[in-house]
Amino acid sequence: METFLQFLFSGLTVGAVYAIVALGFTIIYNASDVINFAQGEFVMLGGMCTVFFSLWGLPLPVAAVAAVIVTSLIGVALNKLAIEPARGANVVTLIIITIGASIFLRGLAQVVFDKQFHRLPSFSGDAPIDVLGATLTPQSLWVMGGAAVIVVVLWYFFTRTTFGKSILATSHNRLAARLVGINVELVLLTSFALSAAIGALAGILVTPITLTSFDAGTMLALKGFAAAILGGMGNPLGAVVGGLLVGIAEAMGAGYLSSEYKDAVAFVIILGVLFVLPSGLFGRRGTERV
Amino acid sequence: MSLMTFLKATAATSALVAVAAFATGLTAGEAAAQIRIGSVLSITGPASFLGDPEDKTLRMYVDRINAEGGVNGEQLELIVYDSEGDANKARTLATRLIEDDEIVAMVGGSTTGTTMAMVPLFEDAEIPFISLAGGIVIIEPVNPFVFKTPHTDRMACEKVFEDMQARGLSRVGLISGTGGFGKSMRGQCLNVAEAYGIEIVADETYGPRDTDMTPQLTNIRNAQGLQAVLNPGFGQGPAIVTKNFAQLGIEVPLYQSHGVASKSFIELAGAAAEGVRLPASALLVANQLPDDDPQKQVVVDYKTAFEAEWNRPVSTFGGHAYDGLMILVDAMRRAGSADPVAIRDAIEETTGFMGTAGEVNMSPDDHMGLDLTAFRMLEIRDGDWTIVQ
Repeated sequence: METFLQFLFSGLTVGAVYAIVALGFTIIYNASDVINFAQGEFVMLGGMCTVFFSLWGLPLPVAAVAAVIVTSLIGVALNKLAIEPARGANVVTLIIITIGASIFLRGLAQVVFDKQFHRLPSFSGDAPIDVLGATLTPQSLWVMGGAAVIVVVLWYFFTRTTFGKSILATSHNRLAARLVGINVELVLLTSFALSAAIGALAGILVTPITLTSFDAGTMLALKGFAAAILGGMGNPLGAVVGGLLVGIAEAMGAGYLSSEYKDAVAFVIILGVLFVLPSGLFGRRGTERV
Repeated sequence: MSLMTFLKATAATSALVAVAAFATGLTAGEAAAQIRIGSVLSITGPASFLGDPEDKTLRMYVDRINAEGGVNGEQLELIVYDSEGDANKARTLATRLIEDDEIVAMVGGSTTGTTMAMVPLFEDAEIPFISLAGGIVIIEPVNPFVFKTPHTDRMACEKVFEDMQARGLSRVGLISGTGGFGKSMRGQCLNVAEAYGIEIVADETYGPRDTDMTPQLTNIRNAQGLQAVLNPGFGQGPAIVTKNFAQLGIEVPLYQSHGVASKSFIELAGAAAEGVRLPASALLVANQLPDDDPQKQVVVDYKTAFEAEWNRPVSTFGGHAYDGLMILVDAMRRAGSADPVAIRDAIEETTGFMGTAGEVNMSPDDHMGLDLTAFRMLEIRDGDWTIVQ
């Protein structure tokens, strides 16, 4: 039982990060139909900027806020400089542009920062918390709590504020949104900034546990993307559930089967789900107009 | 232009360039007799943490040797190429060193992969090649012209098991990285465990980019009668293993490998690193060695020189390059010649050479010449290395 609980905690912590990355994919996908493969780099930038800002003398909380702001600005720049000029292009081209952007950001991080691994101190100490025989670090609680707060805030933003609703409206029908007076450019800009900001936040929360380096984003983007697909691309609830499921599947796979196959376990589950539900667990059921 | 004409044109151009280079080489040669030694290192790319200090070390010491009058009255000329950690590229560059640059010996090959790609070329050309990589395959079976300076991963396993034996620990859990280093060392440890009366009670692995090893460590913790845990691997993995190990409150001793023998490991793992033991080269604890230690002089000199010249902490990898170059220079002096075969014979006769990795005693069946005394068992205490007596 305590072994199971230990695996579950491990899965939930990792899964919470995947869920935030998947949410980032979802926000941009909803607003622009683009799958932004530079999403993992936002997570990396959040961690790396915080590390270096605090090395340069800023206190940790200030460094973290600055890192979120810098990363959002990079998200906005990505939209302005790379995505917007190619606005007329088809979705595949846009996706390739984001892949290019992710390689560029990784290279930039190598030059501006360095190629070493870095850590941040845990926010509230390293003394493990004992829960029914399994242990949990305080930082894991930060990660899970942070993810929960992000989800609630996003939910409020998208369903209770006019601006959030206008983003949703744009995602449903861009032309109609423009006709009712929604500033579509601003919506796109906001979605990139928002997505970058929550990515950065995830990076900051998780760096004390996982460490970070210039290429830490690649694997996270892949897992977050898988989580978003599993949950149903475009559905925020799906992104969260998908992220947690992938995380738990990995931890259980590593614990009960073999650590060699833990990535395989997660991807086999995803394939299995997609065979039965091609649009993911919570995806919009595709209706083809003939 | 057809492909053939293009190739011919390229060949002709490179021939011209080669002739031109040869001509300049001759003019330079008349001014001062030169011994050309070559090096292919992974200066950039994923293995840059190996190649970069090696490159800096070689350049620095070749300049010093030349300033002191060179070897046998001739100046050394060092030609360094960057393989970027790519075995194919290493092979091409080695061909260039042998055919165009006409080197008499080579000190290089940062990784086992690049080294093994170059070995056949040096065997065919009969030019001595001192490798700076760890893999035991480089010297087993022995290739007449191939030598190496670093310890092997098998020796690291033996050193760890020796220490466990002394502490009366025999039931060991293994958690290994699946990267080249971790995989190879895991295999070597499984091979030699029995000879030290060690029983492997759990055998888990993790991927090079994994960020959470608590599931694997939970399984190891649950193994019956566990007495110690060993983690072969390098990079950030061992730091995360160490943190997870502390999080789970596992109370047996944790051993890491020489793969994490750098200050950054202590920084990354933080307080969790307290009490972790690992085998490492004396270079890491140069200033802590007792004054009567025969290795003290060498490691302190190298450390001081490197840190003064490059203003960065010394690494064991640069030390391997120092050993390689000094063994070569020593051999050339004893041979009194720069003939590749004479150099090879002299390298094989190296005895009692004190390098940063330990005392080197080569023989026709041992082209590394180090024994277990070359490793020091270290323990991390108060965020620093201490020597286990």
